[in-house]
Amino acid sequence: MSRNLKYSIIILFLLLFLLFSFIVSIIFGEVSFSLHDILDILKSGEGNLKYAILMKIRLPRIILGIAVGGSLSLSGAILQGIYRNPLVEPYTLGISGGAALAVSLVIVLGLQTFASALALPLAGFAGSIAVIFFVYVFSVQRANLQSNNMLLTGVMISFIASSLMMLLMAVASNESLRSIIFWTMGSLDEPNVLLIKVAFWASLSGLFFSYFFARDLNALRLGEEKAIHLGVNSTKAIRFLFIIASLLTGISVAVAGIIGFVGLIIPHIMRLFAGNDYRILLLSSFLGGAGFLVLSDTLARTIISPNELPVGVITGIVGGLAFMLILRKKYTI
Amino acid sequence: MPDILNIQNLTCGYANSFHIRDIDIKISSGSFTGIIGPNGSGKTTLFKAISGVLKAKEGTLWLNGKNIANFSYKEKAKQIAVVSQSLSVDSVRVEDFVLMGRMPYHGRFSFFERKEDYEIAHRYMKLTGTYHLKNKLMTQLSGGEQQLVDIARALSQQPDLLLLDEPTSHLDIGHQVQILNLLQKLNNDLQLSILMIIHDLNLAGEYCDFLVMMSKGKIYIQGSPKEVLDYKHIENVYDTVVVTDTNPVSGKPIVLLVSDKVLKGK
Repeated sequence: MSRNLKYSIIILFLLLFLLFSFIVSIIFGEVSFSLHDILDILKSGEGNLKYAILMKIRLPRIILGIAVGGSLSLSGAILQGIYRNPLVEPYTLGISGGAALAVSLVIVLGLQTFASALALPLAGFAGSIAVIFFVYVFSVQRANLQSNNMLLTGVMISFIASSLMMLLMAVASNESLRSIIFWTMGSLDEPNVLLIKVAFWASLSGLFFSYFFARDLNALRLGEEKAIHLGVNSTKAIRFLFIIASLLTGISVAVAGIIGFVGLIIPHIMRLFAGNDYRILLLSSFLGGAGFLVLSDTLARTIISPNELPVGVITGIVGGLAFMLILRKKYTI
Repeated sequence: MPDILNIQNLTCGYANSFHIRDIDIKISSGSFTGIIGPNGSGKTTLFKAISGVLKAKEGTLWLNGKNIANFSYKEKAKQIAVVSQSLSVDSVRVEDFVLMGRMPYHGRFSFFERKEDYEIAHRYMKLTGTYHLKNKLMTQLSGGEQQLVDIARALSQQPDLLLLDEPTSHLDIGHQVQILNLLQKLNNDLQLSILMIIHDLNLAGEYCDFLVMMSKGKIYIQGSPKEVLDYKHIENVYDTVVVTDTNPVSGKPIVLLVSDKVLKGK
């Protein structure tokens, strides 16, 4: 089978998977519809309660799922590439730690009452940007071809941020503590349409710009020095990719909190099926991550309906188990 | 012959540590040059300066008469290809690996290999005798096969100058000679200029037409193998006793070692 045919089949399959997740997610929930109902509801138009559930609650949530799942998974694939380390995921660099710390600070100080719905996402984004800036200045800019330094700086920042967060939680009131924990667990329940739009377009732009560096990422698989031999400006490529990946992570964390495993597991599953060529890996990670998170979110909000599970519980358990099964199958064949 | 590479007064190295200094070398087009010298003498640093991994602190490198500092990464990769000492690859198909040598010829948004890229890659895989391996994974190959595939990848860059960092270091003598014969053939048939770091002085003397001997970050001596592989130079630079002679068949210089026990017995 030719490579292009194989890649086309993989992309087609992932698009179908995303479509499937989309349909499942729009049908199932506290109130379930049949596909037939949905067409009727759409025809009846606005003003209908069911229409509101579909268009104002479920659809935005699916779009956010696509944005966050795609962003985290794409970001994981990129970071694993520039660090040449399969265990790196979007949160390794301390971006989530910074976001969580800033959000906790806002909650503990009671500042969220001032800016209402936007306070926590803004704080989260500010925290992410602070960490990105810090990691960039202290390692990316200085380190000439030493991306392990960059990784270690990120890991250290992550530790410092989580320690500071523990400190905040120790002094926080019960109510604040609950808010912090709730935020940390991550959720796609975001009432602000503007934030959803920002996350969605940011994820698509991230996917677009990452493709400028798809070939560079392929060369970086051989190491930074060999990439230079192949005509790649490794330092520049790593800097750009770092910025793309960390902004995607920062925006995701700011809007949806911390949703684990997507950024680690999905790129690996895609590597197993599609191979390590980044020209296919970037897009397939994005689509796979998007479909996976939308599906996980559907499970999270239906399993114990009318209550909701944190979506991170589902991504962790389902993703982890699925990954282990696939890995086992792959190596016993 | 015009010079393919002219290094003038080069100083280069890592921040606050090892440097190579005052390097002047002229490599004429179509030559087969060997760089020899003990561990830590600066051979690899010199290579990094030529391939653009390290920037020159002082001095100028001229590639085909043009200042190398003015080359873009891609332009340079079209003229210089490097075969490194060790290859760390994940599971990539041999053919895809060789096709990576075509990267300098692609823009940011030219995603797919052209027919011409496949033709060139296949041509050099056949030349290096690795075409039959094309659907295997790099991780399934032996060290010698990987080295040959890496040479095919480097040739696919269609360079004027091929740099090799100890291409024979992990190989048995049969494979060593196989690689060097191949390089000699490329040098003869394609007029490809070759610059190679090599530890084995006998192989250096047998295959190279010009040798550069480095010591402590400087050039100790350069010239024909007969001039450079003199026992006095070798004893000074390597701090060991050797006997030099001439290969009765090829007429090239050979270097023999003598153990301490024997020396003390004499």
